[in-house]
Amino acid sequence: MKIYTYDNTFEGLLTCVFECYNRKDFPVDICSRTGEQRYLFVEKIDIETNPQKAERVWKGIQKQLSGKNKQLLFYAFLSEEMGIEMKIYRFLRRLFSGHLNLETDYGDSDVLYLTQTSQKVKKEAMRMLQFVRFQRTKDRMFFCGIEPKYDVVPLILDHYKKRFADQKWLIYDLKRNYGVFYDKDKVEEVEISKKQFNTLTGQVNKQLLDDSEDFYQKLWRSYFKHITIEERKNLRLQRQHMPRRFWRYLPEKQGEKK
Amino acid sequence: MSKDKVHEKLKILSDAAKYDVSCASSGSNRANTGKGIGTGVACGICHSFTEDGRCVSLFKILMTNNCIYDCAYCVNRRTNDRPRATFTAQEIVDLTIGFYRRNYIEGLFLSSGVIKSPDYTMERMVQVAKKLRNEENYNGYIHLKAIPGASRELINEAGIWADRLSVNMEIPTELHLKKLAPEKNYPDIISPMGQIRDSILMAKEERQKYRKAPRFAPAGQSTQLIVGASPETDRQIILLSSGLYKKQNLKRVYFSGYLPVNSYDQRLPAINRPPLVRENRLYQSDWLMRFYHFKAEEILSEDQPFLDLDVDPKLGFALRNMHLFPVDINRADYEMILRIPGVGVQSAQKIILARKHRRLNSLHLKNIGIVMKRAKYFITCNELPAHRIDWEPQRLKHKLLCEMDSKYKKSLDTQLKLFTDFRQALPPLH
Ligand code: SF4
Repeated sequence: MKIYTYDNTFEGLLTCVFECYNRKDFPVDICSRTGEQRYLFVEKIDIETNPQKAERVWKGIQKQLSGKNKQLLFYAFLSEEMGIEMKIYRFLRRLFSGHLNLETDYGDSDVLYLTQTSQKVKKEAMRMLQFVRFQRTKDRMFFCGIEPKYDVVPLILDHYKKRFADQKWLIYDLKRNYGVFYDKDKVEEVEISKKQFNTLTGQVNKQLLDDSEDFYQKLWRSYFKHITIEERKNLRLQRQHMPRRFWRYLPEKQGEKK
Repeated sequence: MSKDKVHEKLKILSDAAKYDVSCASSGSNRANTGKGIGTGVACGICHSFTEDGRCVSLFKILMTNNCIYDCAYCVNRRTNDRPRATFTAQEIVDLTIGFYRRNYIEGLFLSSGVIKSPDYTMERMVQVAKKLRNEENYNGYIHLKAIPGASRELINEAGIWADRLSVNMEIPTELHLKKLAPEKNYPDIISPMGQIRDSILMAKEERQKYRKAPRFAPAGQSTQLIVGASPETDRQIILLSSGLYKKQNLKRVYFSGYLPVNSYDQRLPAINRPPLVRENRLYQSDWLMRFYHFKAEEILSEDQPFLDLDVDPKLGFALRNMHLFPVDINRADYEMILRIPGVGVQSAQKIILARKHRRLNSLHLKNIGIVMKRAKYFITCNELPAHRIDWEPQRLKHKLLCEMDSKYKKSLDTQLKLFTDFRQALPPLH
């Protein structure tokens, strides 16, 4: 019995897959080195991430999957779900053995799971397009701290880069403690050590905010209140579309503050 | 701008704008050219949801609620005693940009009461859009309401700057429009609709020939019908909306359950709550026509002028047509699979693809996401003994209604928004 361990990156996982073929191995599990140890009495093989090997596996995947599903495994991986590695591995075994249109075999539990998980990740990415709220700081930067359920910040960069090409912005994942910063030219990954914001709500410290910020938040709250039709009140529907876990980041859901 | 004054105006004019139900930001893929601000996202994005459960995608606002007309169903009518306000073009521009930069909104939806004349009003609205595009280098969404009676030139200019245009029909038939909005007339609504349709088609053709040809309302046009302010039947409304989709090429027809805002007016029905269930059923029918390949005549037959409020129109269709069921999941064509109660578009597509790999059984179906509680009466698959055993439609309806545990009943949802076409640009692997 053997297990492979990797550095918890997608490339690392693909390297593991490469090594399985290379060494003619069938590990019973592939786990992250950073996670908790699940096995005691098995042989552990640490696989070092190798971009070239990962690339070869990735190219192989791209050749086999159809257009819409090219990112299927990457999205599913971002879910960080326990045991996702073996599901991806088993999927790839079947894929590389020449199974045609494998990604539509929804009667197979791995395929269905990967499809549904990748859909969940996409939905969470969509929510990051919906519920990110920027606060404007004194140095003309637009900041948002938020906590997505899955690690989807890499998926939304492109959207924000295109949309807000002429403003500096920073989106920070409060849970995973990293963010992406755009300086009107390129996007960079950043980790902030001295935090000038509330790590629970993403609220920037008052004295750093632009003078107009409070005004716009107030206007937005007012707008939100007045656009509601009392006679149609339907709080359940509101929660269905806008889960409670996001409310603490939304200015419109904060009570009128002095 | 004086902050307090703007705040006051915002309160009045958002309150006055809330009755327009459309808030969609879909259908635009405008790119951010020249490093300005804003992009269109084809599937639209909802940024918030108000306590009534409706999506907030666009900053929906009236330019003014000062109106010279006196439409019976409208809060802003001339004879109502209400606070009135008017925004300047610059104020609207500043608010839109301020909200947009903070990612509160996808863009602007500008409508207005009629000040002085339709042309005077339309001209000012067009100015807002033009300022946004030219002065702010803004590429986000703009939806402009076309004011009935405005000149062809102004409508044309509106289409150049806006992503979507709409002319609200409000009252479904000419007869009742005359009664409730005597100052408006039917041709003033229909003719700009036709003009917009033609311009959109022409611009599309032009753009196929020359990529640089100017766009015209690339996200299409929509309209709104008020339901329950006048006595039209559901069948009339559905036939009208299906005609609007086909003949006027509309992208969306919105239904707005009549809110009794002017209950003193004797021309209006005496109700105290908006007909929300009816509105929801109309949306479901609309949905069936647009995504489930249903024909208007299949949803309501001639001898049945109103939709069943108890069951959704798809289940209603199945119950009326028991002879078409049960459907064999492993063999039936896509059209028929779409007609099974409890099977959505996504599930139907999955079934078609998955059954090429293996025969599907009921467990597969359940995992794929089919609501078996409902579907089981209408299908056969590998091992599933047909549950139909000659169910008599009325009894089956009753049974299904009882099974709809209120806890699981979805709250009335008129958005029916799918994120199916959410496509993210290829994320880099490294
Ligand atoms: S024209 Fe429009 S704003 Fe004026 S009363 Fe009629 S519906 Fe209301």
